[in-house]
Amino acid sequence: MPASQPAERINDFVIKLANVNGTGSASANSLLMKSIFRMGVPVVGKNFFPSNIQGLPTWYEIRVSRDGHIARSGRVDIMVAMNAETYRQDLSDVSPGGVLIYDSTWPRSHELVREDVTILGIPLAKMCNEHFDGIRARILMKNVTYVGALAALLELDLEVIKALLTETFANKPELAAANMEAISLGYEYAREHFECPLSMRVETMDLTRDHIMIDGNSAAALGCLYAGVTVGAWYPITPSTSLMDAFRSLCIRYRSDAETGENRYCVVQAEDELAAIGMVLGAGWMGARAFTPTSGPGISLMSEFIGFGYFAEIPAVIFDVQRVGPSTGMPTRTQQCDILSAAYCSHGDTRHPILFPADPSECFEMAVAAFDLAERLQTPIFVLSDLDIGMNDWMCPLLQWDDDYRWDRGKVLSKADLEEAEHFWRYYDHDGDGIPYRSLPGVHPKGAYFTRGSGHNAEGRYTEDADEYREVVDRLNRKFETAAGLVPAPVVVNSARGDVAVLSVGSCDGAVREALLLLGEKGVKLNYMRIKAFPFSDQVQAFLDRHERVFVVEQNRDGQLRKLLINETRTDPAKLVPVLHYDGLPIGSDCILEAIREGLEKGAAA
Amino acid sequence: MSYRPKPRIAHPGLKKNALGLTRRDYEGGMSTLCAGCGHDSITAAIIQACFELAVEPHRVAKVSGIGCSSKTPAYFLSASHGFNSVHGRMPAVATGANAANRDLSYIGVSGDGDSLSIGLGQFCHAMRRNLDMLYLIENNGVYGLTKGQFSASADVGSKAKKGEVNEQPPIDPVLTALAMGGTFVARSFSGDKEQLVPLIKAGLRHKGFALIDVLSPCVTFNDHEDSTKSYAYTRQHYSPALETDFVRPAEEIMADYDAGAAMSIELHDGSRIVLRKAAPDYDPQNRGNAFAYIKDKLRDSEFLTGLLYVEETSRDMHALSNTAVRPLVDIGWDELCPGSSALPGILKRYR
Repeated sequence: MPASQPAERINDFVIKLANVNGTGSASANSLLMKSIFRMGVPVVGKNFFPSNIQGLPTWYEIRVSRDGHIARSGRVDIMVAMNAETYRQDLSDVSPGGVLIYDSTWPRSHELVREDVTILGIPLAKMCNEHFDGIRARILMKNVTYVGALAALLELDLEVIKALLTETFANKPELAAANMEAISLGYEYAREHFECPLSMRVETMDLTRDHIMIDGNSAAALGCLYAGVTVGAWYPITPSTSLMDAFRSLCIRYRSDAETGENRYCVVQAEDELAAIGMVLGAGWMGARAFTPTSGPGISLMSEFIGFGYFAEIPAVIFDVQRVGPSTGMPTRTQQCDILSAAYCSHGDTRHPILFPADPSECFEMAVAAFDLAERLQTPIFVLSDLDIGMNDWMCPLLQWDDDYRWDRGKVLSKADLEEAEHFWRYYDHDGDGIPYRSLPGVHPKGAYFTRGSGHNAEGRYTEDADEYREVVDRLNRKFETAAGLVPAPVVVNSARGDVAVLSVGSCDGAVREALLLLGEKGVKLNYMRIKAFPFSDQVQAFLDRHERVFVVEQNRDGQLRKLLINETRTDPAKLVPVLHYDGLPIGSDCILEAIREGLEKGAAA
Repeated sequence: MSYRPKPRIAHPGLKKNALGLTRRDYEGGMSTLCAGCGHDSITAAIIQACFELAVEPHRVAKVSGIGCSSKTPAYFLSASHGFNSVHGRMPAVATGANAANRDLSYIGVSGDGDSLSIGLGQFCHAMRRNLDMLYLIENNGVYGLTKGQFSASADVGSKAKKGEVNEQPPIDPVLTALAMGGTFVARSFSGDKEQLVPLIKAGLRHKGFALIDVLSPCVTFNDHEDSTKSYAYTRQHYSPALETDFVRPAEEIMADYDAGAAMSIELHDGSRIVLRKAAPDYDPQNRGNAFAYIKDKLRDSEFLTGLLYVEETSRDMHALSNTAVRPLVDIGWDELCPGSSALPGILKRYR
C-alpha cells in the first residue's frame, strides 16, 4: 500500500464496478447504491452495459456526491475489477490516488501494477466457494461479498444494507439471510486485512429524504398511467422496452377490475414499429390516449405514419428513448442523436413538437403534458428521452400529483355539439389558432368525414386544388406557431449580465450545471438556458438575441440542436459554438468544462 | 374521392330498412374509378349488405390502405368515419381503433398490392390477433394506380400489358389466411352480387377477422392477352402498347351460376376466369381439408368461391387480452387515473 493516502474525501467520490454481464452483478451494485442513498447521501448510478445477455463486459458507475451532482465527473476513485478481460483497462481508468479491488483467488499479472493506485485483493471466489453451495449461488454471492467489503472500506451502515435485503427478499427470507452472510464475509475480510475505512468514505447525511431513485422509463410509464392512457402499442427495442414493461405492470395493478379481472387498457405488441405507430394513430383517431415507446431505428420505420399523423391531424405520443446511431449503432449506449429526425420526421413539409425531459421527474411530468399537447394540437408529439435518462437510476424528488388536474381533450365536438351544428368541416380554422375541431367516430353521423393522408381541403374533402391545398398546409404552420406558446418554457439560469451563455438540452443538464458551478468558482459566470421543447418559444429567441456567444452543449456528432436553432430561429450561426459529446457514454462535466474554457480562450484571443 | 357531392334524391317509394333508412343512406361519394371496374360492384355489394343488415352508418368505421381498392371507402357509407391510411398499413390502424373502441363495426378495404406485398406482414398479424373486422381484398392481380405492374397475386405465366411474363408464384390470400389461423375465410367474385352480399353480411357479423378475397377484374390493365386473373382458353387479342393510356368503357361483369357448378366467365378482354362454388356439402369448418381442397383446385386453375372456412368459437383480440367489455374510449377519467393517494404505494419501491 502506498504510504501517502489521498486526502480525506467524504461523500464525494466515484465507485466503478467492472463486471461480466449475466452474473447477477446488477442487483449487487444496486444494493450498494441504494445503501448510500438510504444513508441520506446523494448518489447517482450509471450502467454501461453491452448489447448482450451473458459473458461480455459491463460497468456500473456510482457517483457519491454530497453536493448533489448528477453527471459523470470523469473520475474513478474506487474500481472494483471483477472482469479479468477488462482488468488492464479498468486499472488504467483509476484516477491517481484511487483504489482498485480485485478477486485475489487467482494470481494477478505482475505487469498490472500502478504506483499511484492502492490495490486491494480479496479472495472473493475462494470465500464464496467455501461458504455457498451450487454454482449459481457462488457466482451471485461473489458480487454481494464485494459489497460487504466496500461496506467496511466505506463505512456503510450494515443495518441499512440488512433492511434493504429484507425488503428485497420479503418473500424469501432464506435468500435475505444468505445475502447478509455474503455481506458479512466481505465485511469481515476487509476489516481484518485492510485499514478501514478508506480516506474516501460515506458519512450519514439527510439529503435524500423525500427523494426516490427512479429510471426515466418507469417514470414515463407512470406518467402514461396518470395521464389516462388506455392504448399502448410497441415493438421491443432497447432502450425503450422497459417503458412498456413498466406501463403494463402498473396497469395490471391499477387498471384491472378487482371483481371481473377485466382490463381498462389494451397493450398490443406489434409485429414491427410500422404497425405500432399505426395502432397508436388508429386509437388516437378513435379518441383514446395512445402511445408507443421506441428508439432511433423505430423512428425511422415510423416516419411515414408520423407524417400521416401530422397531415391528417391525429393525436399520438411517441417516446423516443434515444440510443447511439446511425443505423443499429450501439443499442445500449446513449446519445441525443434523433433531434433532427424527430423534428422533421417524415417526407414532405412536416414539423413536430418535441418535449425534452432532463431527468426521470420530467419524464413523468412531460408524459402527462405530451398527451395534453397531442390532443390539444391534434398531432404526434415526441418525448425525446435517452438511454441515460431512461435506463439509469436517478435521484429525484418524490413525484407529485395534483388531484385537481384534468386531461385536456382538446377541441372535440360532442354529440350535442354535432347535433346542433349546421355542418361539420374537419379542417376549418374556426378560432384562428390553426387548430380545427375534430369529431370522433361513432358519436354522430354528422361528424363523419374521411381521414386521409392525401390532399384535402378545409372541409375534409379530397382535393388536388392548389389553393385548397395551400390553405390547409398554411394553417398547419399557424398551428405550429400556436404550439410554440403551449409547450413547456425553457429553464433559464441567469448568473451574470455577461454576453456569453450556455444552451443545452435533456440529459446534458446535470453536467452543464456542474461545469457552470466549477467555472463560477473560477470567476467565470455564464448564463444558462435549457431547452425543454420544440417549437422554440419567443424566450429562446430572446435568450439567443441577448448573448453574443452561446455554447450549445449536446450529445451528438453533428450538433443537431444547434442546427435546429439555426433553422428555426433568427440567429447568426457564427455565435452558436458547438460543444459536442458523442462517444455513447453519458456526458461528463469535465468535457464541458474543458470545451468552454478552450472556447473562451479562443474567443478572448480572437 | 368524394369531391363531387352526389345529389340526394330519395323517392318516397324507396324501400326502407329496420332503421327507416333507404339504400341511398348507405351510399357515398361518386366513384372515380374506371367505368366497369369490378371494385365498384363490391362497393355496391357493401352498400346493399349494410342496408339489408340495417347497421347504423355512424357506428361503422371504414379503413383502407393505398391503391384503387383503398379509395373505395369514400364511395360508400358517407355517414361513417373513414380512414384512408398509408400503403399496406390499414390493419395496424384498424387494430388501434378497435383496441380503443370495440363497439364499432370495422370494414377494411384493401387490394392485392396493399395486402399481399407491402402489407403482407400486417395482413397476417391482424389475422393472428383475430381482430374483429371485415377485411375485403379487392383482388385484380395488378397495380392499377401505377399502371399495370404485376401484383403478388398474379399467376405464373400471366403477361403484363407491355408483354412481360410473370414467373413468380402467386401468394393466395385465402391459403395465406388459412395458414395464419384466419377464422372466416371466403372468396368471391365482384360480379357475383348474389354470393357476395350474403358473404359481406356474414363477415360483418363474424366475431373476429373475416376475410373475403374478392376477384375483381381491372378493366384497364387486365385488358390484354394472358391477363393475370384469367385462365383463358380462348383469348382475344389486343395490342397493349396502343392501349396503355386508353380506358375502355365497359359493362360490369355479372356472374350467375348454380352451387356446385364450375363455370368460366368471360372477362372484358375476352379472357376467362374459372369459378367453382363450394359444393353444398363442403365443410367450411375443417381447416386442413379446406386448405388441401382449395389448393387442388388452384392447381387446376379453378378459384373456389364461397365461404371456405369459418370458426365461430374463436376468441377475438379483446377476448385474448381480457379487455373491458365497455369500449376504452367510454371509460372516464376517474377510472383511469389512480390519483395522488396511490402514488406513495407506487413510489415505495424506488426508495
